Amino acid sequence: MDLILMMKNELMLVFIIVILLVMKVADNGRSSGYWIGVINVLLIVNCIIDWLPVSEGELFGGVYKSYALGNFGKSLLSTGTLLISLFSTDWLKRCQHIAEFYLLMISTLLGMFFMISSGNLLMFYLSLELSTIPLAAMCNFGLTERKSGEAAMKLILSSAFSSCLMLMGISFLYGASGTINFEVLSIIVQETPLYIMGFVLLFVGVAFKLSVVPFHLWTADVYEGAPVPVTAFLSVISKSAMIIVFSFLLYHVFGSLYNSWYLLLYVLSIVTMITGNVFAIRQENMKRFLAFSSITQMGYILVGISGSSAEGVTSSVYFIVVYLFSNIAAFGVISQIAEKSGKETISSYKGLAKHNPFLAWTMAIALFSLAGIPPTAGFFGKIFLLKAGASKGDLFLITIAALNMIVALYYYLRVIRAMFMDENEDSIPVLHSGAPLKVALAICLIGILITGFSGPVYEYIFTLSNGI
Amino acid sequence: MSPLILILLLPFLSFVISGLWGRKYLKNLAGILSTTTVLASFVISVTTAYRYFFVDGKVAGKFVAQYPVDFKWLEFTPDLSIHLGILIDPISVMMLLVVTFISLMVHIYSLGYMKGEERYATYYSFLSLFTFSMLGLVVATNIFQTYIFWELVGVSSFLLIGFYYSKPSAVAASKKAFIVTRFADLGFLAGILILSYYSGSLEFKDIIARYTDSSSPHLQAAISSSFLGVSALSWGLVLVFIGGAGKSAMFPLHVWLPDAMEGPTPVSALIHAATMVVAGVYLVARLFPVYAISCPAALHVVAVVGVFSSAFAALIACTQTDIKRVLAYSTMSQIGFMMFALGVSGYGGEAGLGYMASMFHLFTHAIFKALLFLCAGTVIHFVHSNEIKDMGGLKKSLPITHIAFLLACLAISGIPPFSGFFSKEEILTAAYHHDKLIFWVAVVTAGLTSFYMFRLFFSIFYRGEENTHAQSHHGEGTSSMLAPQIILAFGSVLAGLIPFGKFVTSDGVGLEAHTDWNFSLLPIALSSTGILFAIYFFMKDNDKAEVLASKFGSVYISLKRKLYIDEIYEFVTKRIIFNLIAQPAAWFDKNIVDGFINTIGKATQVFSLTTSVWQSGKVQAYSAWLLAGTLVVLIMCLYYLQLL
Repeated sequence: MDLILMMKNELMLVFIIVILLVMKVADNGRSSGYWIGVINVLLIVNCIIDWLPVSEGELFGGVYKSYALGNFGKSLLSTGTLLISLFSTDWLKRCQHIAEFYLLMISTLLGMFFMISSGNLLMFYLSLELSTIPLAAMCNFGLTERKSGEAAMKLILSSAFSSCLMLMGISFLYGASGTINFEVLSIIVQETPLYIMGFVLLFVGVAFKLSVVPFHLWTADVYEGAPVPVTAFLSVISKSAMIIVFSFLLYHVFGSLYNSWYLLLYVLSIVTMITGNVFAIRQENMKRFLAFSSITQMGYILVGISGSSAEGVTSSVYFIVVYLFSNIAAFGVISQIAEKSGKETISSYKGLAKHNPFLAWTMAIALFSLAGIPPTAGFFGKIFLLKAGASKGDLFLITIAALNMIVALYYYLRVIRAMFMDENEDSIPVLHSGAPLKVALAICLIGILITGFSGPVYEYIFTLSNGI
Repeated sequence: MSPLILILLLPFLSFVISGLWGRKYLKNLAGILSTTTVLASFVISVTTAYRYFFVDGKVAGKFVAQYPVDFKWLEFTPDLSIHLGILIDPISVMMLLVVTFISLMVHIYSLGYMKGEERYATYYSFLSLFTFSMLGLVVATNIFQTYIFWELVGVSSFLLIGFYYSKPSAVAASKKAFIVTRFADLGFLAGILILSYYSGSLEFKDIIARYTDSSSPHLQAAISSSFLGVSALSWGLVLVFIGGAGKSAMFPLHVWLPDAMEGPTPVSALIHAATMVVAGVYLVARLFPVYAISCPAALHVVAVVGVFSSAFAALIACTQTDIKRVLAYSTMSQIGFMMFALGVSGYGGEAGLGYMASMFHLFTHAIFKALLFLCAGTVIHFVHSNEIKDMGGLKKSLPITHIAFLLACLAISGIPPFSGFFSKEEILTAAYHHDKLIFWVAVVTAGLTSFYMFRLFFSIFYRGEENTHAQSHHGEGTSSMLAPQIILAFGSVLAGLIPFGKFVTSDGVGLEAHTDWNFSLLPIALSSTGILFAIYFFMKDNDKAEVLASKFGSVYISLKRKLYIDEIYEFVTKRIIFNLIAQPAAWFDKNIVDGFINTIGKATQVFSLTTSVWQSGKVQAYSAWLLAGTLVVLIMCLYYLQLL
């Protein structure tokens, strides 16, 4: 019974996967609308079930752990997946392999869930791979486009390489400590060269997934080549899951290596913020633009995590909530425009507000939130990150972060300016958006505004992260 | 929630409705809507006033403040939070009455005056916004709320002065008003910060309590810390007064008021005569205990600035030829009376006569000055000009306006038994007992007042023949324009009979004011002389005035040019500030700041071009960089921990 209760999130996903497989086998030419309808209903059910409370504890002798913050993260990821699924309806209808797409997506999600709950290094590694390999296949879903295949290849090769490094790190850790269990490891780990080496390699593996500079090179190419919904999934869901795992690893498992990871976070966050910004300024393609902007956002999150424990974790998880809503809203608009008009460049967004005010306003609010302009949630998210970062008393890092936020304003506003102020003869005509897209965008907007205005969200996350 | 909140909410609602949907859907209904809401506010204010003054306001023979609404808005720390609320005490109730009453009159008047105006609904939404802001200012429980509504009042004044936005002069005037008062508000803000910093609170009741108790640590701190040899408390109070002086058009911040007459005339009646411009007086009155008990020096500043502005404006008013400008300067002069009345007052008992007189004059002035403006509006409506040379002999065409204007002139001149007599009388008494110099300046100014007011009166209604081709076909205007004038005329005659001292005094205890006829003789005589001079010069068509003016030559011209204050401002702003501050600042901004930013931009581009080698698109290269990065990070880490 414990098993079912504690693992209900994962079991639900497995259940959906089985249903999809059976349906696919028994398929006799159902329409794509039918598929999408069924799957979205399943995802909604999944989402509701995920938000129900879960008991905390361990299973299988500590291999699987259920803890409050992780469960919150899982619910958040399910919600995000549902939103992405809703806004990609139009793209999916054109795509021939809906069942396969969702099978891959849900497998990835399952991998992330296990990764969040993993209790030892082996479980962690396996689930990380489960969450990566199907993702590479998803990147290839723009079946007719060469770029899409290229993106998939780049992702799978790069992540294979980073997995190598990570595995090496795991072996070092195992070799040094003789255990793979996180609980035991957290007691044994010391500041000796071997442990540090193992830890740094593991750290790099995770940093690779988070697109932290200088392990970020795959990001832009993959984001650009993959279909928009996949890009959204990659940049939002996959990153959010990694952040939760990351803060768990740093604070819970490698707490005694605090000095080394504080240094790593310190240096890498500065490099990441600056590089992300510098590249984002130059981008013309909206997807690449968001890719680099999300690299910058990761830099901010690193600043937050480097703060003291409860505050650092709370602020970064809170930021994930904000980031999730804002980015999904932005990607929703981009996907709609790319799908209907095939345009992806910033200059083609000129005059968008004229014919498509809803899309333009959604985009604007999402970008305001990403840029951190009050009263959107992004503002509060950044304030909390900076506050957490400042709790160590190092104002240099905070100053750099704040300066980067100012620079970032420039390129976010550039898009807004293009949409609202620039004239364009050949602006995008009126696009008719389907109901699912509108619902998804509306939920994101409400999320952006509500998360910002209501203190309870932050306080709730704070109570959750005290356990970590 | 107390129903009092409706006084504020109704005008706000009307602002939102006519602002958003007025032009499209409501059209002429916007006027009715706004007028109805103001009427409702007025009725609630009257019942509030009745309840407060006659039923439950007194505790042990003394009027005490009530807080029917007190909502905690922003909490910074448990000790420091900003509230929004409603404060009911004698002066706020009095102001509620004045604001809602005059606003109602102006709303009704505008129904006729603004008829046919294309942006009719917009006009009414602005009026409602103003009424809302002014009421919010009046009932503020704390100095921060005052500041918020203070700025809102400034904004609505800006919008209304610039209502005829196609007229360049109106746009310039609205900008001028906004900038000058904003400039003064800077002082106000600094004053707020100083006062609240040392008192540790933004609430009026705390500020007053802490600064008037001589044993309180807050007061000691505020007195003992000084800047440029002046104590922090004096700085705070003087800076707050500067804010008030900006809104109330005290010298030398008065330059915006005459220009503000570019707005529609009913607006001038409401904002620039009766309500907004007395906000400064109200502000000083609100903090009066602090001024009077703890910082007489600051109060002295108030007195001097007040009496100087009063005399200064009266002199200029004698030479102006634009009917509304004369009224504007007379407003400035009368506000000067209110200010110095506060300045010569003490706290409590008989010594508080000046305070009571000031509030009384505020009250009566609001009525007769609003009436003067509404009459002026009718005249302008009739002859389509602001210049008195285009008027003359209008007695026959505008009989009701003629009588109303006469009554208002008698009231402002302080002729018994009209309302202005009583309030001015008490101001002069207070000044006499406090400072003889101020008293004599004030008496002469009072004489000048009657001279320039009757100059205006005779020039409009008597002198010369009616200019027939300038007159229009619509006569004296609609009944909606006449009714407010008649009501206000009754008010101007009767308002002085109210035993004001029983209700509004500095300490809440009633004060019996008695008119000493022996004392009154001199001011009445001077005022009458002023009227006689006006009759002599302006009743009939003659050139006596021009002869006199030419005799005074340069004095007359410099007065007519408003003592060159505008020119001085222009010199200071254009020559000194532009050349010495603005241009170097602009150069600095263009070359240093922009240059710095541009350099960063260029550096960024160069940097991203060079680093784009990274982004080559080759997976092998990516992996190599990944490995290199890992090694660097690893070595860095080991080195940092001194393990290497």
